[in-house]
Amino acid sequence: MDIFGIPLPAMLSQLLLGLVNGAFYAMLSLGLAVIFGLLNVINFAHGALFMLGAVLAWMGMEYAGLNYWVMLLLAPVVVGVIGVVIEKTMLRWIYKLDHIYGLLLTLGITLVIEGVFRSIYGVSGLPYSTPELLAGATDLGFMILPNYRAWVVVASLAVCLATWYMIEKTKLGAYLRAGTENPKLVEAFGVNVPLMVTLTYGFGVALAAFAGVLAAPVIQISPLMGQNLIIVVFAVVVIGGMGSILGSIVTGLGLGVIEGLTKVFYPEASSTVVFLIMVIVLLLRPAGLFGREK
Amino acid sequence: MDGQSASRTQGPQGTQASAPVEGGAARRGVPRTVPLLLYGLLLLALIAAPMAGAYPVFVLKVLCFALFACAFNLLIGYTGLLSFGHAAFFGGAGYVAGHAMKVWGVTPEVGLVLGTLAGAAIGYVVGALAIRRQGIYFSMITLALAQMLFFFCLQAPFTGGEDGLQGIPRGKLFGVLSLSDDLTLYYVALAIIVLAFALIVRTVHSPFGQILKAIKENEPRAISLGYDTDRFKLMAFVLSAALSGLAGAIKALVLGFETLTDVHWSMSGTVILMTLVGGLGTLSGPIVGAFVIVALENKLGDIGSFLASATGVEWFNSLGESVTMVTGVIFVICVLLFRRGIMGELQALFSRSRH
Repeated sequence: MDIFGIPLPAMLSQLLLGLVNGAFYAMLSLGLAVIFGLLNVINFAHGALFMLGAVLAWMGMEYAGLNYWVMLLLAPVVVGVIGVVIEKTMLRWIYKLDHIYGLLLTLGITLVIEGVFRSIYGVSGLPYSTPELLAGATDLGFMILPNYRAWVVVASLAVCLATWYMIEKTKLGAYLRAGTENPKLVEAFGVNVPLMVTLTYGFGVALAAFAGVLAAPVIQISPLMGQNLIIVVFAVVVIGGMGSILGSIVTGLGLGVIEGLTKVFYPEASSTVVFLIMVIVLLLRPAGLFGREK
Repeated sequence: MDGQSASRTQGPQGTQASAPVEGGAARRGVPRTVPLLLYGLLLLALIAAPMAGAYPVFVLKVLCFALFACAFNLLIGYTGLLSFGHAAFFGGAGYVAGHAMKVWGVTPEVGLVLGTLAGAAIGYVVGALAIRRQGIYFSMITLALAQMLFFFCLQAPFTGGEDGLQGIPRGKLFGVLSLSDDLTLYYVALAIIVLAFALIVRTVHSPFGQILKAIKENEPRAISLGYDTDRFKLMAFVLSAALSGLAGAIKALVLGFETLTDVHWSMSGTVILMTLVGGLGTLSGPIVGAFVIVALENKLGDIGSFLASATGVEWFNSLGESVTMVTGVIFVICVLLFRRGIMGELQALFSRSRH
């Protein structure tokens, strides 16, 4: 069966690839939104920390023989701790300043992290193989489903939904949302807001690292892998707006799928389609799809 | 709106830091002639530089970045808008000017005008879209749109893709004066850059510039005074983009090639860094910042080997290859400790010693 002259299996496999990318967009924009909500900082370093997650997975395998599953848990923890250190030592000092300083500071942090890994590993890709359990593919009859890609989509969706549940439905999430609205008042109720801010940043970047480990077997690991991604994720954030958690997830996945479909029908535009959609959204709905202007 | 007005009082300059801009220093009793004298000396030094043995092409490269940073500063320093997409105007104009001079065979002045117009046109599109959103979204939109242009330049046939546009001829100015001699080119380009800088100074001190400052300090207030702030922001954006385009076009003419480096987002980062190091919202800061950053990029290897021999730490020898890392460290230091930049700090020091 063909759709617009494209064989169905080819179409479905691009769709799946799009979903995989969309899952990364969703996880990264979710982290950006959570961090921005509480810290008022746009974390440019998100891409670098995503890269760090992937490189840590590779390092764990290379130097310590730790397999994928161990690193899938360990790398986010390590990056989360690094995030806590970054927040405690640097970000803390700029909350009262204009937004732009947050962007510039995290840009500096990005350049340092990328610079360090570039001087060690260069810019060429590091090889990382798919974990044995998920190697191979399943024949669904109408398409061949690579197991690992399916796992990436399922795992990231699970993490995204768990995050959504935590923020929207639990007591902790209620504190977090209250802190986003009015940190002073929440503090007056006896909640340790500075600690909450630190942990939120740690959690946000841990999410990026988790995405990084998931990406390690499908995207070539290199010190520069985060920087192109983060700019696309910025566009995703502009399209979706940072006001809604579920909105970030849906926008991320949706744009990934659209990007995947563009690869089928008009490959030349696949790297710019997200930006084009951003332009259209800005023209039609300046506040973003799920936006409330902050 | 609430968070915005709160952050506005602590704008890029901060309430206290905004005093020591050049105009402010003059009001506090620093003779108006001092900055004028310094600019005069700088100009004399630039005129004499090639005779003193400086390599003209290198000085011009620094000057192009200085003009680029001054144009960028017009937005961040005087209007309070952080554009993260200025590479698009700088590099885009370089490609247009280069293509016009190489393929269409136009004379250099036409090439520069076309480059400037290209910068303005790209700036109009990017600006009109970006000012639809406030604050940090503005920066993200400019970054995303500039990245779009980067991908366009990567794929478009006339840019030469990864190889870039090579062998741009210098041609004859007005069809008469050949620019193939480095010295002739130097003085022509210097004159254009000085004029562009004068335009920026004039703009900053004009009523238009005052309105921009009002928007930066308190946009809701400017709106309530009856100013169509979106229109003024767009005009400032287009002017800044046009001058960035001029800088990019001159750079393409001087160096004779144009590559993807100039449209890459890291170029936008570099110009932000230059302005930040020199001092946001100071007239001379971006010039100083451009000089410091270009010198640093060129001399980092030497500094590294000097540090290695001075301290005995072998690692410093590899400093030359870690420009990115050093740039990042400077960013972090500037934001955390040194927000006024070199000229901002100097002016603060100067006005303090007078009281």
